[in-house]
Amino acid sequence: MNKIIEFKNVSFSYSDEEERVLKNLSLDFYEGQFTCVLGHNGSGKSTMAKLINALLIPTEGSVISFGFDTADEKNETDIRRNIGMVFQNPDNQIVATIVEDDVAFGPENLGIERSEIRQRVDEALKLVDMYEYRRHEPHRLSGGQKQRVAIAGIIAMQTRCIVLDEPTAMLDPKGRREVMNALMKLKEDLGISIILVTHFMDEAVNADRVIVMNDGEVCVDGTPREVFTKVDLLKSIGLAVPKPLELAEALRKSGVDIGGTPLTSQEFVNEYKKFTETRGQ
Amino acid sequence: MIKDITIGQYFPGKSFIHNLDARFKIILTVAFLVLVFLCKNFWALGVVWVFGVVIYLLSRLPVKLILKSFKPLIPIILLTTVLQLHYINDGNVLFEWRFILITDKGIFTAIFIAARILLLLLVSSLLTYTTAPTDLTDAIEKLLSPLKIFKIEVHTFAMMMTIALRFIPTLIDEIDRIMSAQKARGADFESGNLINRIKALLPIFVPLFISAFKRAIELADAMSCRCYTGGDNRTRMRQMKISWRDIIASVVTVLIIGGVMALNILFENLI
Repeated sequence: MNKIIEFKNVSFSYSDEEERVLKNLSLDFYEGQFTCVLGHNGSGKSTMAKLINALLIPTEGSVISFGFDTADEKNETDIRRNIGMVFQNPDNQIVATIVEDDVAFGPENLGIERSEIRQRVDEALKLVDMYEYRRHEPHRLSGGQKQRVAIAGIIAMQTRCIVLDEPTAMLDPKGRREVMNALMKLKEDLGISIILVTHFMDEAVNADRVIVMNDGEVCVDGTPREVFTKVDLLKSIGLAVPKPLELAEALRKSGVDIGGTPLTSQEFVNEYKKFTETRGQ
Repeated sequence: MIKDITIGQYFPGKSFIHNLDARFKIILTVAFLVLVFLCKNFWALGVVWVFGVVIYLLSRLPVKLILKSFKPLIPIILLTTVLQLHYINDGNVLFEWRFILITDKGIFTAIFIAARILLLLLVSSLLTYTTAPTDLTDAIEKLLSPLKIFKIEVHTFAMMMTIALRFIPTLIDEIDRIMSAQKARGADFESGNLINRIKALLPIFVPLFISAFKRAIELADAMSCRCYTGGDNRTRMRQMKISWRDIIASVVTVLIIGGVMALNILFENLI
């Protein structure tokens, strides 16, 4: 797999006096993967996201995004046309007063031709299921809808990677589901690499890779199944595990071991069926 | 409470007025305002009023909404009318008591002025009612673009306006939220004298300012993440096109300007 982003011994602190937020971090991200970065508040996960597209520059070490060193100011545009970013607060990243104008904002900045922008905007809005809202005003949309507009704005720029910094933190469950569905579609239909920073465990379940951060360092790195089986470790750094797994764990501790590592409700049901069948025999 | 303000808001539609080119709409609105001031007697003003009402009917905006939006302006119009009554002292005296002197000419002038102010407000608010803010700022950018030769950053100015317009509803929501939060903790915005009320507003503006700055920083990050580097090398998705509507609207306006001038000459002038 192609390496798209490379962290080489990266340390970062916001000012000289303050403690380092990231400590000698070395990490690679690969093309076409859905990577989920987990961690509680202050674990350095948002800082890491901002280092990826040169919003922050490492204090020590270097970050190479799509072959460009983020420390060099000349590379800024080259990096950002490859890596789009979606932030936590949907209100603070929508620039225009009409949905389709906002989606067009990125491509307009890249100097793309009028007819091509039109086409890209329509396609992007259809992909995130917001096409019928194209003439709406952003402030009349729900949080989930706004966040999908923000995602469409990145799709229209045709970036190869999209970094999302806690995009669902301010949304209700319905909005969260809408955004997650849009992201899965993005990965499957367009093959865009996704880096999702979040503290919701459930969102990591469908990822290809999960990175757990704690105190500015990578704590666990692997597939969701590998990561979530380390229930005690996750709990020790203040993270919850997905609810179905937690239930299975609780059952196991009270003497009913249904086996397996169910990450979703459906998996739990399947495991439980298997368990009752074997017990019935 | 704050959400009732409709002036400056945009109401989407597909009417003749909505479909006019924004550049023409701005110029024609200015022309209309000049036209209102050109009127010197009731005949001329009557024609312009009819013109104004026709424009409103063409815009197909709900009447209820227009009436509602003008409610807060009634005191202002009444005040100027009363002042006018007082200023004009010539003509036949109808009523006199101490320093109050009301003449028939005074009453006519007052009505005339009130009708004028009302028309001015109606038409100028129609511009924002029927034009999408983006079209408006695009049009301003285009109309001001000759200023570029004086090294004025017209694009930056237009972008600032777009962002300001975009954040008005967001900040209104924020004010509502802060006020509710303060009320929940016992703040009182409705009673006491003027000074106390102004003092009570301070705890609203401090958090509002802080959050506005936070938003600004986040928005700037988001914009630079989307490769925004100013107006150079930037393309636009929307294109402004002049259509037959704009020609018709311009011709009609010019004709009415001519008509008003003729009426000014034909009839006795009030002012």
